[in-house]
Amino acid sequence: MSMTEPGASSRGEARILVIGYGNPGRQDDGLGPAAIAEIENMGLPNLTAFDNYQLNIEDALDVAAHDIVWFIDAAKTGPSYSVRAVSPSSSIEFTSHIVRPETILAIAGQCYGGSPQAFLLAIRGYEFEFIEALTPAARQNLDAALAMLTERIRALPAAATPREAT
Amino acid sequence: MTDVQVDRAPRKIVIDPVTRVEGHGKVTIRLNEAGEVEQARFHIVEFRGFERFIQGRMYWEVPVIVQRLCGICPVSHHLAAAKAMDVVAGVDKLTPTAEKIRRLMHYGQVLQSNAVNFFHLASPDLLLGFEAPVAQRNIVGVIGAFPEVGKWAIFIRKFGQQVIAATGGRRIHPRLCIPGGVNQNLSVEHRDALRKDVDQIVKWCCAALELHKSFIRSHEQLHETFASFPSSYMSLVGADGGMDLYDGALRAIDAGGKPIFEGVRPADYRDYMIEEVRSWSYMKFPHIRSLGREDGWYRVGPLAQLNCCAFIGTPIAEAARKDFMALGHGGPVHATLAYHWARLICMIHCAETVRDLLFDDDLQGTDLVVTGERRPEGVAIIEAPRGTLLHHYEVDDHGQVTSANLIVSTTNNNEAMNRSVKKVAEDYLTGREITEGLLNHIEVAIRAYDPCLSCATHALGDMPLIATLEDADGAVIATRVKQ
Repeated sequence: MSMTEPGASSRGEARILVIGYGNPGRQDDGLGPAAIAEIENMGLPNLTAFDNYQLNIEDALDVAAHDIVWFIDAAKTGPSYSVRAVSPSSSIEFTSHIVRPETILAIAGQCYGGSPQAFLLAIRGYEFEFIEALTPAARQNLDAALAMLTERIRALPAAATPREAT
Repeated sequence: MTDVQVDRAPRKIVIDPVTRVEGHGKVTIRLNEAGEVEQARFHIVEFRGFERFIQGRMYWEVPVIVQRLCGICPVSHHLAAAKAMDVVAGVDKLTPTAEKIRRLMHYGQVLQSNAVNFFHLASPDLLLGFEAPVAQRNIVGVIGAFPEVGKWAIFIRKFGQQVIAATGGRRIHPRLCIPGGVNQNLSVEHRDALRKDVDQIVKWCCAALELHKSFIRSHEQLHETFASFPSSYMSLVGADGGMDLYDGALRAIDAGGKPIFEGVRPADYRDYMIEEVRSWSYMKFPHIRSLGREDGWYRVGPLAQLNCCAFIGTPIAEAARKDFMALGHGGPVHATLAYHWARLICMIHCAETVRDLLFDDDLQGTDLVVTGERRPEGVAIIEAPRGTLLHHYEVDDHGQVTSANLIVSTTNNNEAMNRSVKKVAEDYLTGREITEGLLNHIEVAIRAYDPCLSCATHALGDMPLIATLEDADGAVIATRVKQ
């Protein structure tokens, strides 16, 4: 375990982190992990990606060590996908099953001085039963969302400003 | 999951994180004709479809599949299912390497999960005060006031995750266990990397306990009485009566500390426990058969693990246990807030156990799997971070699961959580209004148990807690939502 604090970028390039989360065993709830599986095969430069069931407080370490962070989650309603900027803030919940991106950013800033640009990419899902596969409609949304995401990542740094909606 | 709402005029996006099927926590407090608290219920939806989902699966794939149950403790389900499938595989005793690497994984898991509970959920209430403004009463507020706590929180959690990754090949969906054994031993490289950090982890766990005790010393009355009541307790203990979170026999004690049963093998659980279904909750209400539905409820989790065991087999945790048990003046400790103290002692025990295992050469052994003669049924119990977790499977001649029954820790604590909420309502409800203060106190009580709300979904973001006050006829008097 590295107990050192995150260092600065050595080459001056934007370090990008993508975290996809959700339960792949619950159909479209797995959109986040499915996005990561696709992204890992794209060979995008300066990009680190990982998935998990949910966000965890130690994700703040990784977040603090990057310049741009994308959180990818399934959405129950709304358009096929949407993007919004995420800012640090924190709250207390009544169960440890809940950690929000805002909290991760707040910990990253408070503990490690990391203040990356951060965005939440919400991809619309439709079915959430105990089935290990995305619905076709969610798959389409995922493809569209990833096309947007990869375009923005490849266009960096010019595309770092979030758009309001798609 | 995130709920997205788009308002077209003016163009504005509001993305409100919500949960989906499992929704939210809901508290209902009902008053009697005299306006006194008559009943309080903490409703949580437990998704029962998973047991059907397992049916038809091959028994050897279940330890991997069950990790889909829970984003917080997939390892506990992985290990519980593996232990049950050991029985199905006709294996009663694993090789030393298999047994010890499973233990290593389990204690790493309990360590990191308890750390999340204490630092993320409990410490804001305890270190900043129940009445601290909500904007400050959170993990970031704690880190601001106690900078070292942030370091402990993240690195203890991270260390536990690294133990899981080292034993299971990956930190997510580890695939260590197979019926009758394990897939791998612990590599020397992983062992040495973990050895470098484990002493520091033990020290930080001890420091966290001391910090917590400073809170208790200044809030003795609150600590003893908040949401508290006498109860029975149940947990696994080892054959020698010592704390054992991985394997052993069930022990239950009454509120005075006398045994209700002990030495109960997992396979015999139905002789001693019964699960009741109630109309207003999807959750089952297990209770001790001999005591009946009214008196047979009990508590599980760290407080029960401390109350039920005769000793802890690691020195620092054992010294801490003796100090803790003095609270009970010879009997069990009943304070609900003592869950947190007990949780910290369990963390110390886990860290010490991990350290001991990292210096055990059996972990580099190569004898990994035992085979046996297939059986039609397997039951296993493990002490998960939130308490006793039971997996029970029946398997046909083709190796397919025909039935499954899971009693998860939160289900075991179902009645106790209701009683804690009721106690808070009795002590803090004034008039016919749900104040912010009352809702805060209800949350504090619920956090002590850290309920697992869905055992199935990741539940991003705000999960609202909705409290409703009803009159004697069930008419709603007031509702308050804590986002």
